[in-house]
Amino acid sequence: MIPASGSIDIAAPGRARPRLGRGTRRFVRHRLALLGLIAIVGLALAAAVGPYLDPYNDLHIDILHRFAPPFSGPHLLGTDQLGRDMLARLLMAGRVSLTVGFAAMILSTVVGTVVGVLAGYYGGVIGAVLMRFVDAVLCFPSIFLLLALAAFVQPNLVSITVIIAATAWMEVARVVEAQIRTLRDRDFAVAAVALGAPDRYIMFRELIPNAVAPIVVAATLNVARAILLESYISFLGYGIQPPVASWGNMLNNAQDYLATAPWLAILPGLAITLAVTGFNFVGDGLRDALDPRLDGR
Amino acid sequence: MSAYLLRRLGQSLILLLIVSVIAFGVLHLAPGGPLAQFALTPGMTQADLARIAHQMGLDRPLPLQYWEWFHRMLDGDWGRSYRDNQPVLAVIGGHLPATLELMVSSTLIAVLIGTWVGVLGALRRYSVFDYLATVGAMVALSIPTFWFGLVVIYAFSVRLPWLPAGGMYTIGEGSFLDYLHHLIAPALVLALVTVAIWSRYMRSSMLEVIGQDYVRTARAKGMPERVVVLHHALRNALLPMIAIAGLQLPTLLGGALVTETVFTWPGMGRLFLDSIGYRDYPVLMGVLMVTALLVLIGNLGADLLYAVYDPRIRLD
Repeated sequence: MIPASGSIDIAAPGRARPRLGRGTRRFVRHRLALLGLIAIVGLALAAAVGPYLDPYNDLHIDILHRFAPPFSGPHLLGTDQLGRDMLARLLMAGRVSLTVGFAAMILSTVVGTVVGVLAGYYGGVIGAVLMRFVDAVLCFPSIFLLLALAAFVQPNLVSITVIIAATAWMEVARVVEAQIRTLRDRDFAVAAVALGAPDRYIMFRELIPNAVAPIVVAATLNVARAILLESYISFLGYGIQPPVASWGNMLNNAQDYLATAPWLAILPGLAITLAVTGFNFVGDGLRDALDPRLDGR
Repeated sequence: MSAYLLRRLGQSLILLLIVSVIAFGVLHLAPGGPLAQFALTPGMTQADLARIAHQMGLDRPLPLQYWEWFHRMLDGDWGRSYRDNQPVLAVIGGHLPATLELMVSSTLIAVLIGTWVGVLGALRRYSVFDYLATVGAMVALSIPTFWFGLVVIYAFSVRLPWLPAGGMYTIGEGSFLDYLHHLIAPALVLALVTVAIWSRYMRSSMLEVIGQDYVRTARAKGMPERVVVLHHALRNALLPMIAIAGLQLPTLLGGALVTETVFTWPGMGRLFLDSIGYRDYPVLMGVLMVTALLVLIGNLGADLLYAVYDPRIRLD
């Protein structure tokens, strides 16, 4: 599994002497979430608007001016091995990477939620079969599964998004299944059953709205994971294909030029780290805000 | 205990069965299929392709092919590589040790650093160190492994000539020291994520133990804080970490694939990537099965070890 999610903090009971105090701690955590949000919005705005402001085209090859270092000439962040403007490429790559990350998140959240609701609501054989399938898919490290899928599809924005979603929906399914299983026995759900409401109504109108908080948290962390996964397969050559730039594929020739043009490797990696950290911070902050049970951290 | 063991084993075998169906399905339902590589050969006619397909049994219905593969797998015949006709098990056996060595060494690094960071974070909860460790762990989890590898190569191979940029041995050398020298960078890179995860769980586990009565008793008896922390608290806090170590296997294996690629480390991840390039289906299938098997063993081992070492856990 790709450890994109920041979901490693487990609640621990037990009191220790707070040194800066719980209030301070919450504030700092939420300030981190705010920072993350600013980073995400900043990156998204830059990717959306930036290309119109940068005078260079991201695909324009200028062999005479290749390997220009950053902050040294007309090209603000320098040029790559073909003389293309790094800033323009980073911005256009941001469009691709953020779009793939976001779309894959939506797709995987929908699939995960549907599987989780069906398994949690019906339980029994249906639930067991669905959840064993989830367990089985989780046995594959996601990069292996992703590469196996990526190698055999025609790589484009849509197919890459779909296969990333195909390897990222399981955690959502687990979260939702556990949530629905407990909600199903609560009075309001039992009442809905007693009133003769159809299953579909109970699942989508009664149960899911009450499970929104953990779904939102899982979805936010899934954007981080999807952006990372896209960068991995694009770096390995099976994701978004050149000349279209993504943060991952900008890195796949960078290793050859590490000694002479390190900025080719450094800059796209910083962009990925910034975006992924942003989503992880926001996801963590949301979990704090939406889940009162984790108060004791 | 034995009833529990049997049930867990049975569950794992069923999971393995589902895993094999998924792996087979993913590889064989994809467009192109195993024949794609032959179709590219110049002068290959449709008749030739059909003959090859027939010889390889690819013209039969998929469930039948799966059944055939499944039977042979149980007999220890995992097929032969399309690339060099070597038995798949031998090919994987040649690459698995390098991956395991990488994983073990980075786990050692993670346990050492992560335990220290986690314990200190728990003892000085809400201190500046604790905040930095928390934020640092979240950032570490957000850094793409391959990029971290590139940064390490740039820093310690290009700028400072301390570490080799890749490979397992210097050509013409073969000493253990040379091997260790090559191992440092990839092991550190792979450890980044594990250190982060380990330190967070360690912190939580330690916090939980510190709140227990026996720790208070030990302190009340006037024992030195060092003894209380190391002897009473840490020993018990490390117990649940056994489970965490087992559950980290998918993360480690995925990270290993990327790390091996960046550092040209001759492990199973590289084998998988190369085999994808060659459309080497038997090897791909084999590697997928071996990784899933490792993950399952990790999960099972985590459960059982935890139970054996913690007498409070009763299995029935």
